[in-house]
Amino acid sequence: MIRLEKRRNISKFWTTVTPIIAVFLTMSFGALMFGLLLGDFSSAFGAIKLIFWDPLFDENFASYARPQLLVKAGPIILIAIGLSIGFKAGIWNIGAEGQYILGAIFGASVALSLYPQESILIFPAMILSGALGGFIWALIPALLKVYFKTNEILVSLMLVYVAENILASVSQGLLRNPEGMGLPGSRNLKDYPSAHNSEIILNSGMHWGVLTAFLAVILAYFLFLKHQKGYEIRIAGEAPKAAYFAGINPSKTIIFCMGMSGLLAGMAGLFEVAGPAGQITMSFNSGYGFTAIIVAFLGRLNPMGILLAGLLMALTYIGGEIAQLMLGLPGASIQLLQGMLLFFLLATDIFTNYRFKSRGS
Amino acid sequence: MVIFGIDLVLLISALMISATPVLLAAIGEAVVEKSGVLNLGVEGMMITGAVIGFIFAVNTQTPIYGFISAAIAGALLSVLFAVLTQYIMSNQVATGLGLTMVGLGLSALIGKPYEGIKSPTLSKIEIPILSDIPILGPMIFSHDAIVYFSVILVATVAFVISKTRIGLVLRAVGENQEAAHALGYKVVRIRFLAIMFGGATAGIGGAYISLARVPQWTEGMTAGAGWIALALVVFASWKPWRVLLGAYLFGGITVLQLNLQAIGVAIPVEILSMSPYLVTIVVLVGISLFGHHTAPGSLARPFHASQ
Repeated sequence: MIRLEKRRNISKFWTTVTPIIAVFLTMSFGALMFGLLLGDFSSAFGAIKLIFWDPLFDENFASYARPQLLVKAGPIILIAIGLSIGFKAGIWNIGAEGQYILGAIFGASVALSLYPQESILIFPAMILSGALGGFIWALIPALLKVYFKTNEILVSLMLVYVAENILASVSQGLLRNPEGMGLPGSRNLKDYPSAHNSEIILNSGMHWGVLTAFLAVILAYFLFLKHQKGYEIRIAGEAPKAAYFAGINPSKTIIFCMGMSGLLAGMAGLFEVAGPAGQITMSFNSGYGFTAIIVAFLGRLNPMGILLAGLLMALTYIGGEIAQLMLGLPGASIQLLQGMLLFFLLATDIFTNYRFKSRGS
Repeated sequence: MVIFGIDLVLLISALMISATPVLLAAIGEAVVEKSGVLNLGVEGMMITGAVIGFIFAVNTQTPIYGFISAAIAGALLSVLFAVLTQYIMSNQVATGLGLTMVGLGLSALIGKPYEGIKSPTLSKIEIPILSDIPILGPMIFSHDAIVYFSVILVATVAFVISKTRIGLVLRAVGENQEAAHALGYKVVRIRFLAIMFGGATAGIGGAYISLARVPQWTEGMTAGAGWIALALVVFASWKPWRVLLGAYLFGGITVLQLNLQAIGVAIPVEILSMSPYLVTIVVLVGISLFGHHTAPGSLARPFHASQ
């Protein structure tokens, strides 16, 4: 008989190793799944290689795929860093998708209302406005939790559906391109130099949002390592009672964590709509807000881990597109692959938290 | 009975149909939470039930096989959650979210060839004598089998939880897992079964969307119904009959806003479509203002016998 014994401290070794094991398990089961889907197991390995390897190293794809890696990873990392702050404190903002949408709408509104004036101040104003949009949207579940003790998981998620309806409304009404011949969707910000979130280095995929994401990684690293606030957040999550008796105000922690994650998600939305997406449309959002949840966990709520996990997740998006194109794999299989990854990670977590012992010893 | 251009008989009858999916999912989740487990994967189990139920119903041309297979599919998916949270002691919030993502991806994948097909529909069962009552008859006693099943299920769950030994044990496990364990109850096994029950009812609820309410398969068609079911459980303060009340209130709002859209009221469509979600938030606030917070004591706390 083997029994489990809880570790006093979580194992550092397994914390680092289990995400890698989870990735390999996902690849193996993914290959199995693709084999079943394609009815041909010999090409299943090829599908996995196409998703995880070829975007970076195959000459046919790399020139397109490498810059895309940063384009896709940028928003995911930025959102996930914000979410990780709350998750550490046991505050579950799972409505980042809604905050992302609101950020995009707020930010784009600034540009669309000033069109066609040109000024160097427009883009910074858009970033601020986008951050504000996400912040406000996240503040709703935060304040409701503080004042009415409502469940932030449910409220933040409900607000995603509300945000999607607002998006549908403004892309057909308020923000619709007046010269768009009645089609839904706003003006394309790529054609508006002052508002365009252009690449900092040409053909690298590196736009202002990616740079912000990297900055957020560094800032989060210092927040948790050096700053009093980061320490308070960790205590609030790990030992809520101790935090309370130490005089750490739980309401402030909730507002700080939700607000920060909303702010970053809003900024991510703005960078996306002003850059790669270009315009507000009914479906410009691509589920990054939900993918970021997986990334936050896969990265162990650790800023450096999130950076790596975000890049990996971006890879599955791009590889998925290529596999869709080359092998006709359905787009949803990538979503399933990402869900599986989270599951395998949670399953292998047992090594991190528990020790295996044979009975009698 | 026509008020403001809306037929009341049709409205009530439609709200029962519209409420049934969330009602089924919510009553199952209420049992799961009573046992002290928070499964956020309801949406994933519902959509899996929706697609599996649809596939089986179309291939056999028998809706009831669809519902049975949807129940099995939901329960099987919930086993994943049960193993991870009960034996591997993973975080319940993260695992539930993962379950939802897996369910959404899986269903989109296997449902692809079935898009645009019509499913066989359930026949109505007119209850003898009762369905002949004017107004009330066509409103309440002229529905398909699943609508009746959902109400009977609520009654059964209410009875089992409050009046039987099984219910007492379930509540004990949910309220105080250490004490229940000390008394010799198998905490993990009881929770495992509760989770599977919740999976099965969520699966049936999902299948009701694809087989009766719509009836068609489209990707992501549950559109947050699973999350609303979770909110309903809180709204109902974990009481089965209040789950029914909440589900019908919610169904009423959904049907009403669809009716208002249809008769062309001067309110933007988007405002009407977002109203069920907004109302859910308002209700959650109202409950914490005026209701009692009676969440099971051990809700979402992991249990390991060594501690």
